[in-house]
Amino acid sequence: MTELTARTAQSSILQFLTRRRGRVRADWTDWLTYAYLFLGLAVMFAPVLWVVLSSFKAPVNLAEFPPTFLPYAAETVTVEGFDEPLSLYEVITEDGETRQLAQIRRVGLNAQMIDPANPEAGRLVVPVADAKPVRSILFTWQNYARLLSASGSDLWLFVYNSLFITIVATAITVIMNSMAAFALSKYRFKGNTLALIAILMTLMIPPTVVLVPIYLIVAQLGLVGNLWGVILPTVATPTGVFLLRQYMLTIPDELIEAARMDHASEWRIYWRIILPLSAPALAVVAIFSILSRWNDFLLPLVVLNRREVFTLQLALASFQDENQIHYDQLLAMTTLTALPLAFAFIFLQRYIASGIASTGIK
Amino acid sequence: MRAAAIFSRALAALPARAIEPVMRGAQNILGIKRMPWVFLFPNLAAVLFFSLLPVFINIFYSATGSDRLYPADRPYVGAANYETLFECGSYLDPSTCSRDLFWRALGNTLIFVPVQVAAMIGIALFTAICLNRDIRGRGFFRGIFFFPVMLSPVVVALTWQWILQRNGALNGLLTALGLTPVNWLVFPNSAFFWSVFVTVWAHMGFFTIILLAGLQSIPRDVYEAAKMDAANPWRVFTRITLPMLKPTLLVVFILCVIRSVQTFDELYVLTGGGPGSATILIVQYIYEIGFAIQPRNFGLAAAASLLLGAVLLVFTLIQLRLARGKSYD
Repeated sequence: MTELTARTAQSSILQFLTRRRGRVRADWTDWLTYAYLFLGLAVMFAPVLWVVLSSFKAPVNLAEFPPTFLPYAAETVTVEGFDEPLSLYEVITEDGETRQLAQIRRVGLNAQMIDPANPEAGRLVVPVADAKPVRSILFTWQNYARLLSASGSDLWLFVYNSLFITIVATAITVIMNSMAAFALSKYRFKGNTLALIAILMTLMIPPTVVLVPIYLIVAQLGLVGNLWGVILPTVATPTGVFLLRQYMLTIPDELIEAARMDHASEWRIYWRIILPLSAPALAVVAIFSILSRWNDFLLPLVVLNRREVFTLQLALASFQDENQIHYDQLLAMTTLTALPLAFAFIFLQRYIASGIASTGIK
Repeated sequence: MRAAAIFSRALAALPARAIEPVMRGAQNILGIKRMPWVFLFPNLAAVLFFSLLPVFINIFYSATGSDRLYPADRPYVGAANYETLFECGSYLDPSTCSRDLFWRALGNTLIFVPVQVAAMIGIALFTAICLNRDIRGRGFFRGIFFFPVMLSPVVVALTWQWILQRNGALNGLLTALGLTPVNWLVFPNSAFFWSVFVTVWAHMGFFTIILLAGLQSIPRDVYEAAKMDAANPWRVFTRITLPMLKPTLLVVFILCVIRSVQTFDELYVLTGGGPGSATILIVQYIYEIGFAIQPRNFGLAAAASLLLGAVLLVFTLIQLRLARGKSYD
């Protein structure tokens, strides 16, 4: 009976997977597709999963080669008469049976062990080669704890710096871009094409090309080593203006005419009519701005030259510059830095994908 | 809809009330005709200040010498910076050049860009075609291929460094298969390979999404007709998919080149341009010469930037021309 249900379940799963619109069975191209997609799943997802899993490993476990997939920790046991917990070993005794013994100490190639179940039996001497540590899967927070204690309040400073830049730059970007887009979509005035061209022309001037002069301007403004030094150069995104303008063109002009009849000021029309109606496009612009500001690297690297103003990305990269790389803390911090975006991704994937597909910009 | 209502109410409550009288005053003084310029002003100012003005400053820097930052302190040197960059005993041997790092960076970029672009577009196209099929879990797989786009370059680089290090997961896997572990980032060729691999891994999702949108805009009935004629999959691909996808492919190609030429973040963290100078690309050279190596040589960095900018400009102009009528009108 159970075997039968199992078999029907199995075949219905198979049917579910292979069922297709219009056709009953999948052909070889479908299998090839699935094979590729699952290979992709492994190549794309495994590295990140690996880092997250590694961040929960104890340093001893991290140093192991070949590495274990899941975090493991040696099991310990408290034995009467010993203050410290002893690590547990699986030992193959001379008569071939396996016993779990606690190690008291190592002496050369031998180890003094004791049976935790029967401590009165006395100490046993076991060759180290015959003993294997007993381990169990254990996710430990100690890397995170050490990261917090080693960097102290610095970590929160980096988080604050990153958040400050991201939030302030995004707010300015959204407001500035939408103001410009409003002017370029809802007014007919002399020079509007010229203004649009001037803004779109910056598409041809990637930030990498003007790195030196931007540094000079930031230095002239006295903003080297200041968070505003990376906010101001990034706020006038041509793509944001363009995206918002295209969206605002679809908002009917009658709404504005009606508001003008009611003596609403131009600013009020912009703030209370145009902005709420542009919410979907504003969301796309905001998401892209958040993403790129949070992930920004080259400009902060050049402008933010003191540790107190480091962003998370800079702090993360600076782990490498030190002579010894603390992989335990590095892994914990990598996970923490990627985490907010992972959440954002789950909720916003659709917006981002449609934004990219419709404009070809990131 | 509810979110929109909340958003609308939030806007009403924001301190914009403080701006409103100011803007109303501006409107009373300037008149409604000039209001668009008021709305344009902040954005235009930022554009002028941080995009257009820098181009001219760049030109000025590239024509002046010394390690001083402020323009007044910099003596005019004409084309000397360009001459220094191009001063070579033999153009085929970087070590005979006065700026051998520039030539190595240029050479690396010239190999990196075609290889990376070809790999990127090939893989992204194949993935997009797979994702465009009538399969289960499409949204899930699309998400899987897309999510690295959102990771920060530093996270991407550190993730792969952790995998490629001597005692890393890849070598663990090789050992399990009975192969010898390799110190991947220590040898120039393997470091270069992984530079391409990691950047493709990180950005292919971006191009896959664009190509997928292109594929989805191909009308279904064309494929139905092909099925009627019992055309095999390869013929369908070469005779229908490729020709109809050509405009999208061109845009993707240009975008991919523009971004590939500017690769910096991932490689700076992953390899630091090393071993030696095996993976140093042109943007990293600009960074090194202008900011990292003391004394800072802003003139050379600006000259190299302008050369990079000229190349990018050509590709961007092509892109704008291609995209005209599509999204830029």
